[in-house]
Amino acid sequence: MLLRMMAVTFNDGEGSVSQGPTRGLAPNIIEVSIDSKFEFLDLVQNITHDITEGMGFDEDSSYWIGLSVRESVINAIRHGNQLDERKKVELCFEVKPDRVTIYVNDQGEGFEAEALPDALDPANLLKPSGRGIFCIKSFMDEVDFHRLPGGGMQLRMVKIKSKPTTQ
Amino acid sequence: MNIKMRHVNSITVLDLDGKITLGESTAALRNAVRSLLKDGKKNILLNLGDVSFIDSAGVGELVSSYSSASSQGGRLKLLQLTKKVREVLSITKLLTVFETFDDETKAIASFK
Repeated sequence: MLLRMMAVTFNDGEGSVSQGPTRGLAPNIIEVSIDSKFEFLDLVQNITHDITEGMGFDEDSSYWIGLSVRESVINAIRHGNQLDERKKVELCFEVKPDRVTIYVNDQGEGFEAEALPDALDPANLLKPSGRGIFCIKSFMDEVDFHRLPGGGMQLRMVKIKSKPTTQ
Repeated sequence: MNIKMRHVNSITVLDLDGKITLGESTAALRNAVRSLLKDGKKNILLNLGDVSFIDSAGVGELVSSYSSASSQGGRLKLLQLTKKVREVLSITKLLTVFETFDDETKAIASFK
């Protein structure tokens, strides 16, 4: 399966599952799973925009969240899954009234987030790459990385409503 | 992304329209700039007024284009940054690298 999407809404402890477009829904959990192909980037970004817009984020915030998710998926495909199309990138959007928490899981070997080069170091300014994670950290309110118990890395990022878009 | 080329005096203006993102659009920009430099057209103005979105790969391609032009004795400058493109270049400190202009006439004159 190239892309799997699932939205779950919890009502008084009763869970229900629906599939398909998310516009108009207010689910607690939305899961998206893709093969490691860059052709899915626009789709994932559009899904993200629909979710955040539906939550009531302003246009600028939705834009920057969409960019952050796009960058995180690029990172997961390229540096996590090493461009292996058989490996999945799994996204989970956890929706709360005041925030969205987004988990992006890959199935790679993992990396040391602290070891990433400083994108603002004058020696790195003219390098063509190395700005993706920096952009995510700039536009989201919380960003952290975890090694998953079964292998792979998880990027967790949070955007809170009515927070400034840049640090 | 669409790229239209025009010449103003000895300056080549590339009008970019659409998204500059990982994949075909960054490759198109790379090829356009390389082709110009190969033909000896080393003064390049990238008009970003109609760029609706740029990701880190697109930013990287702007940097690569700038470096390629500079290394060959040319100059690459940016015109009409949208608010969001400007913000991305600002947080990445690339506004300290690129010469940027809002007015095309002033941008063209700056190459003299």
